[in-house]
Amino acid sequence: MSSFSRSRMAAPFLSVVLLTLLLIAWQLAVRDSAPTAGLDPEYAKLMGVAATTGKSAIPTPIDVGRKLMAAVADPFYDKGPNDKGVGTQLAFSLARVLLGFGLAAIVAIPMGFLIGMSPLAGATLNPFIQVLKPVSPLAWMPLALYTIKDSAQSAIFVIFICSVWPMLVNTAFGVAGVRREWLNVARTLEVGAWRRAVHVILPAAAPTIFTGMRISIGIAWLVIVAAEMLVGGTGIGYFVWNQWNNLSLADILMGILLIGLVGMALDRLLALAASGVTWRE
Amino acid sequence: MTLRCSPFDPIASHAAGCTCGTQGVSASTATGEQRMGEIVRTAVLRAAFPQARSRRALLKTLGAATTAAALADVFPLGMAEALAQDAPKGIEHPNLKIGFIPITCAAPIIMAQPMGFYAKYGLNAEVIKTAGWAIIRDKSLNKEYDASHMLSPMPIAISMGLGAVRQDWQIPAIENINGQAIVLALKHKDRRDPKTWKGLRFGIPFDFSMHNYLLRYYLAEAGIDPDTDVQLRVIPPPEMVANLRADNIDGFLGPDPVNQRAVFDGIGFIHILSRDLWDGHPCCSFSISKEFVTANPNTFLALSRAIIDATGFANKTENRKEIANAIAPANYLNQPPVVVEQAMTGIFADGLGNIVRQPLRAGYDPFPWESFGVWIMTQMKRWGQVKGDLDYAGVASSVLRATDARKEMTALGLTAPATNTKTFVVMGKTFDPSKPEEYLASFPIKRS
Repeated sequence: MSSFSRSRMAAPFLSVVLLTLLLIAWQLAVRDSAPTAGLDPEYAKLMGVAATTGKSAIPTPIDVGRKLMAAVADPFYDKGPNDKGVGTQLAFSLARVLLGFGLAAIVAIPMGFLIGMSPLAGATLNPFIQVLKPVSPLAWMPLALYTIKDSAQSAIFVIFICSVWPMLVNTAFGVAGVRREWLNVARTLEVGAWRRAVHVILPAAAPTIFTGMRISIGIAWLVIVAAEMLVGGTGIGYFVWNQWNNLSLADILMGILLIGLVGMALDRLLALAASGVTWRE
Repeated sequence: MTLRCSPFDPIASHAAGCTCGTQGVSASTATGEQRMGEIVRTAVLRAAFPQARSRRALLKTLGAATTAAALADVFPLGMAEALAQDAPKGIEHPNLKIGFIPITCAAPIIMAQPMGFYAKYGLNAEVIKTAGWAIIRDKSLNKEYDASHMLSPMPIAISMGLGAVRQDWQIPAIENINGQAIVLALKHKDRRDPKTWKGLRFGIPFDFSMHNYLLRYYLAEAGIDPDTDVQLRVIPPPEMVANLRADNIDGFLGPDPVNQRAVFDGIGFIHILSRDLWDGHPCCSFSISKEFVTANPNTFLALSRAIIDATGFANKTENRKEIANAIAPANYLNQPPVVVEQAMTGIFADGLGNIVRQPLRAGYDPFPWESFGVWIMTQMKRWGQVKGDLDYAGVASSVLRATDARKEMTALGLTAPATNTKTFVVMGKTFDPSKPEEYLASFPIKRS
């Protein structure tokens, strides 16, 4: 067996071993301690288990697993506007992310082309991009709520404004980095600006653009959870907030796990799309 | 009271002496009645099958007419429709969105949904849980909510243009009186004298809140300047317990069930109930914009009747346990029922090993005394939230709709006071609403 295929087999195996060790350590770390003695039973009835039995407030992996099983068994229940299944909540979050991300792509990619193809435009817009890029989504939210006057649109705006920058910067970088010789060949053949952009620059810059999109979708997914915790209503962020409100850490951990899994899936999807446009020399 | 005695109403079903059927049905236009009937049938269907999927499946297999007929076997739909038709006619805007913060202060607003008070008055209201008071304010001002649960100083502040774009807002009904508490982290259990609280950090839900004013008042009475000697941090109620656990604050003056939840989880103890500072103080209000009231007078009438009816129902201590169980699920408060029950019945663990019995811990008195507004404005001025001369009585009477509330309370058979103003005692000092400036001048610690 070559060393390459051995490491391919070894990595997943080691991942599973690491996960098992972590779960065992977690389970042992949060075992129940001895019950508090001498508590008036009448009083104890009014208190939670954390106060009466000294049970750790952190749930065990088994608690989280049970919550996950229950959630997966009935992911789309609807018990009113404030209590819906995790499947429904994830769908709401995904819809917001795709809308905000889609709008960002529509703006960022053409803008990135412009900036990449024109050094003057790049230099002019660069200070704006550098100032706006590091602003946190939560800082945008009050402004968005105040000006847009609609919380659903504000959430989408915040995703848009946070996910637009990596795509813009990467597109510009990719476009500006297209090999001189290729552009010179196009010029020699007297190719028009539009054909040059679509047939020469776009394929050449595509891998860099997709890298920007991968960064952006990751940011969009980060942002949506924060935005939904703030504006509430629906979405996986609202779900986590609602369980925080009830101090139900098992539900919160389950929420974190789901957020992570969906985030990974989004990233894999774009990586797959990116591999379709990658070229080798 | 006949209005409450719908056999179909989950509240009345086990109340003694129901006088169902004695309610007269007045004639009205056919279209209005048909629409009302439709709303009532929808409400009954929703109550019987709360899960949208099963409801849709049922409607699909049986058809709407058959479903209604089948339901009529179980619920006397005709009766419920007749009762609802006693509600104001010509409701312009039957589908409403009402915001709330998941605390027991909002119990009447919340329970009116599962317990059918909105439906009884021909309204199809959704109650939407909201993450914090600033979001409540923004969503209300943006008209995403038709009406909302607000801290009682909020509509006053909004109407004065403080911390918001000025809009005229009204309080048709106060939601709750008392029901708040100062909670301290367990490590401070030997530090009960507020004179020793210099340097502590406290959570309050919002700047324009009774909690802020009551905590500042309590501290100042003990000689602690709330602006320089301690830190007051704005923390949305649902996040207070988590912050106390994380030792991010030493205590808070918070709403229930947050206070009781801190005890339940063995994090804090109840230092003092807010009723021991000012017995009968208002806390939260049911609030609505003047614009909505003017544009939809009949909807407003039905809504304020539903809220006052629900608030009156919540004020009866014998109903508290039932309400606690109706509002505890994840769709509303998302708290263990035993916590909500303790907060609402006043039989509670204090966090120090004692069971306290204080039936007046929480109360639900809808009457919006104008004097409450005047007191709130004296505190706004005291702490520098507003400067200059204030039209105390004018603002109070335009925001707190005492006269209208009296009319509705009387119509519903609740006892309403004869006047719109009264004097009351806050921590031993009498407040006379006709002399706000003198009251303000009497405090040694103030910013104005």
